Amino acid sequence: MSGQYETVIGLEVHIELATKTKIFCGCSTEFGSAPNTHTCPVCTGMPGSLPVLNKQVVEYAMALGLAANCKITQVCKFDRKNYFYPDNPQNYQISQLYLPIARDGYVEIETPAGEKKVRIHEMHMEEDAGKLVHDEWDDTSLVDYNRSGVPLVEIVSEPDMRSADEVIAYLEKLRMIAQYLGVSDCKLQEGSMRADVNLSVRKAGTDKLGTRTEMKNLNSFKAIAHAIEGERARQIEILEAGKEVVQETRRWDDNKESSYAMRSKEDAQDYRYFPEPDLVPIVISDEWIKAVKARQPELRPEKLERYRREFDIPQYDAELITESKKVADLFEKTAELCGKPKKVSNWIMGETFRLMKDRGMEPEELSFSPENLAKLIDLADAGTISSSVAKKVFEKIFADDVDPEEYVEEQGLRTVSDEGAIREVVEKVLADNPQAVADYKGGKQKAFGALMGQSMRSLKGKADPAAVTKMIKELLA
Amino acid sequence: MANKISDETIEYVGILAKLELSDEEKEAAKADMEKMLDYIDTLNELDTSGVEPMSHVFPVHNVFREDVVTNSDGREDTLANAPQRKEDSFEVPRTIG
Amino acid sequence: MMEILELTALELSEKIKAGRITVREAAEAALRRAKDVEPAINSYVTIDEESVYRQAEAVQKRIDSGELTGPLAGVPVAIKDNMCIKGELTTCSSRMLSNFKPTYTAQAVENMKKAGVVIIGKTNMDEFAMGSTTETSYYGPTKNPHNTAHVPGGSSGGSCAAVAAGECFGALGSDTGGSIRQPSSFCGVVGLKPTYGTVSRYGLIAYGSSLDQIGPITKDVSDCAAFLEAVSSYDLKDSTSVQRDDCDFMAALVNDVKGLKIGIPKDYMGEGLDPEVRTAVYEAAKVLEEKGAAVETFDLGLVKYAIPAYYTIAAAEASSNLERFDGVKYGFRADGYEGLHNMYKKTRSEGFGAEVKRRIMLGSFVLSSGYYDAYYLKALRTKALIKQEFDRAFETYDIILGPAAPTTAPKLGDSLSDPLKMYLGDIYTISVNLAGLPGISIPVGKDSNGLPIGMQLIGNAFEEKKLLRAAYTYECATGKRHEKMAVIKDIIPGEKRIGQNAEGASASGKEVR
Repeated sequence: MSGQYETVIGLEVHIELATKTKIFCGCSTEFGSAPNTHTCPVCTGMPGSLPVLNKQVVEYAMALGLAANCKITQVCKFDRKNYFYPDNPQNYQISQLYLPIARDGYVEIETPAGEKKVRIHEMHMEEDAGKLVHDEWDDTSLVDYNRSGVPLVEIVSEPDMRSADEVIAYLEKLRMIAQYLGVSDCKLQEGSMRADVNLSVRKAGTDKLGTRTEMKNLNSFKAIAHAIEGERARQIEILEAGKEVVQETRRWDDNKESSYAMRSKEDAQDYRYFPEPDLVPIVISDEWIKAVKARQPELRPEKLERYRREFDIPQYDAELITESKKVADLFEKTAELCGKPKKVSNWIMGETFRLMKDRGMEPEELSFSPENLAKLIDLADAGTISSSVAKKVFEKIFADDVDPEEYVEEQGLRTVSDEGAIREVVEKVLADNPQAVADYKGGKQKAFGALMGQSMRSLKGKADPAAVTKMIKELLA
Repeated sequence: MANKISDETIEYVGILAKLELSDEEKEAAKADMEKMLDYIDTLNELDTSGVEPMSHVFPVHNVFREDVVTNSDGREDTLANAPQRKEDSFEVPRTIG
Repeated sequence: MMEILELTALELSEKIKAGRITVREAAEAALRRAKDVEPAINSYVTIDEESVYRQAEAVQKRIDSGELTGPLAGVPVAIKDNMCIKGELTTCSSRMLSNFKPTYTAQAVENMKKAGVVIIGKTNMDEFAMGSTTETSYYGPTKNPHNTAHVPGGSSGGSCAAVAAGECFGALGSDTGGSIRQPSSFCGVVGLKPTYGTVSRYGLIAYGSSLDQIGPITKDVSDCAAFLEAVSSYDLKDSTSVQRDDCDFMAALVNDVKGLKIGIPKDYMGEGLDPEVRTAVYEAAKVLEEKGAAVETFDLGLVKYAIPAYYTIAAAEASSNLERFDGVKYGFRADGYEGLHNMYKKTRSEGFGAEVKRRIMLGSFVLSSGYYDAYYLKALRTKALIKQEFDRAFETYDIILGPAAPTTAPKLGDSLSDPLKMYLGDIYTISVNLAGLPGISIPVGKDSNGLPIGMQLIGNAFEEKKLLRAAYTYECATGKRHEKMAVIKDIIPGEKRIGQNAEGASASGKEVR
């Protein structure tokens, strides 16, 4: 029955910009500091304080707008959005309603049915709110204004998405654009990318939009997917029962996997927007737009094209590597340092992705340096360490970014290349395993593997397997 | 002319403005607001069609600061006037969530 | 001591720099005068005597070392209590901020300190600058030094009364719709509202952000020029600050108006204007004409629409600006609340006085869904038209001349009963704020009750110098450079609350509530 319904979804995505300072004051945007350390009269709404706009915010917002094919609003202004809440120190948020920085764009996403355009209605600049922590013991909430005034761009899409998969594809696309531009790290878990989902359902084949609800507090792709499924089911159930969906804001509870209405008598949702008198208009010339465009870093399509020209790696590898700017940067830097792009690609496609998958990590969480990966590749290439040792050392690099040269020395992991030492070990293995020796001599190839394994184990993996093979064959000949 | 402000409107504006008025104050507020709105309505005698609303009187634009950290730890100053402080945070009646 | 009090700020500073009066002596004279007259006048919310002597000592050192040579070095001044001073109580004459000590100082105050003034205290005002009489203060009304049965005007009534009564040698006020010029006129002192953007608003607790401007209140025009020169600055902390390279306002003190064209709007001299005020203003205009200015009357359009447009815009901005007073971060928080929203409501309902609540309610309403276009945008469009009217007038005239207020100071208690009537008193001053223009009020005589009458001169944007020149020429021509000191009748002798802070004075605040 629910198959007869089409889900219509539009998104409001907040992206925290990667500026050094807040949007209207010189406080640091650093994440994770002690409460209220990054605060001043401006971002705590002290009486008499005044906002002054951070130019970098405008340029980042312009870059995002241009990358998403938007028209830049060449005379744009800030407005005040008035609502009382303790995380909002002035009890108004400085945002943009009437003349937002960018409008009328689109991004393309991949769907099973092929490429699809998701239209962008507008993008606007605004300030983030502070953080509330609930004190269960005292039944109070504690307010920390460190995040208050951190710059955000809100990207409002048209209701062009039809499924959770499309929503995720759209979000991944936005994240990739933002990361490529260097305007945001888009870490969902730190809240530097957040999405509100506007969703309605309608009978398949009809054009008229149904009544929509807005869902807030979605801080992972998983939560977004669950919330969409849950809300779709809830609305269909209401319609099937012959009732009407109420237009409202709902809060998703990821633990309970359900949403609840946020309405209260005290939430009039009447924001009384009006032009911010403390800030002057922003006038954006054609030259300025051109300059921002010129400074735009290489985006993914150009990067792929360049990889094809510069690096001898498979197209498939190039596509996976460039999916994340972080990984692509890691690849390029390491390749530059060691001059072996194919090997770097192998380490990324193999061990790096495997460990990330095992640990459920996002590319942004990668913390090892290209220098150390390059050194590791050089060590392995020179035969200083064996490939099995290299994998072990890499795990250490992946986890703690250790210097592989120092680590190999400390742990005594250098390949045993001394023929005498290998001979000694192999001779002992052969002496200890007369049965295997007999089997091999009797024509059982399998037995060679057992001897090889024993020998490598005894050498703690530090010998070149080719040298060990050669030695076994020589001694058994 | 002759604006009429209902009880609901006064109640609603009270929610927006976070003001709690006594019944007496409500009646006074209704009368005040009706009078002021009647007066403000005289603006309707003016033809303002085609006139751009003017929020800033002078054509000053593009006032920016550079993206440079200028403020250090502001915690003590920020919390100096807190009506209720708990450790390094402001304490308020519990919000939802 | 009386001789010290009769000096203007510039004269006093000269004597201090010449070593004939010490900075401490000057400050003591002002403090002693305040001690005598405060029981009758109530100009100040806070006087911090210890801080005064500390400042006096520091300023004296800077003068003695030759570092400080400016025209205002050593001068005791007063600051309206809506300008933040680090570590000093800054109340806006509201219960809401009755315990608020900012951790930063307003740029305008910093500029005055740089010029070497000594701050005597913070002056009383209408709560959050909302009012025209200084009767809406939580700390009780200020009285007019010329007759204590009358109001000093407002909202900078405390600053104007303090200057008129000799409790300081000049003061800073703020002007959103006439709040410097109207009380200056009522108190017989000189008050100037600069062109919007000339003085930084950083640290000025906002009422109507697009209209607020800090300016000087002084004994005469020369002092006014010196104060304006000291207080003006381009400030990167205020995005609406304007960079000007013509802030040498003392250079405008020229006794000559030949060639200046002065226009008197017919609508400024018509119905509703007290005949005695009309006569005094015309006579003053005649003085300027005799000194060589060309004076004529003309039609300035839209005069009557300024007040409704103003109250819409100011109330809307105020409703938003005052949202931050919520009991969370600073200031007053009510007791006995249940939950967050009740805390907000109780705090704001108990923390704000009636006039502030009235304007917040109106402002919230005109911005609310469904009314924004009809009220707020309509007012902004009207503002654009009013600006055009002024632009047109200044194509012909250098200066627009008129009264600063329709009457002299009303009796205490007469205005608050009918807010709309009170608002109508702002008719000559308000459009100047809407158009961002400079305006000055100078004393031009007294009515039959001995209450001062003020004339207002309005200039085109950034043309304060023309205003100062005309005002200075008038002052020279009439020979009465300044009233020595308002003669205060019915002074109640006795102890006054010098050294006390606002909490100690809050008992008087309750009378008006």
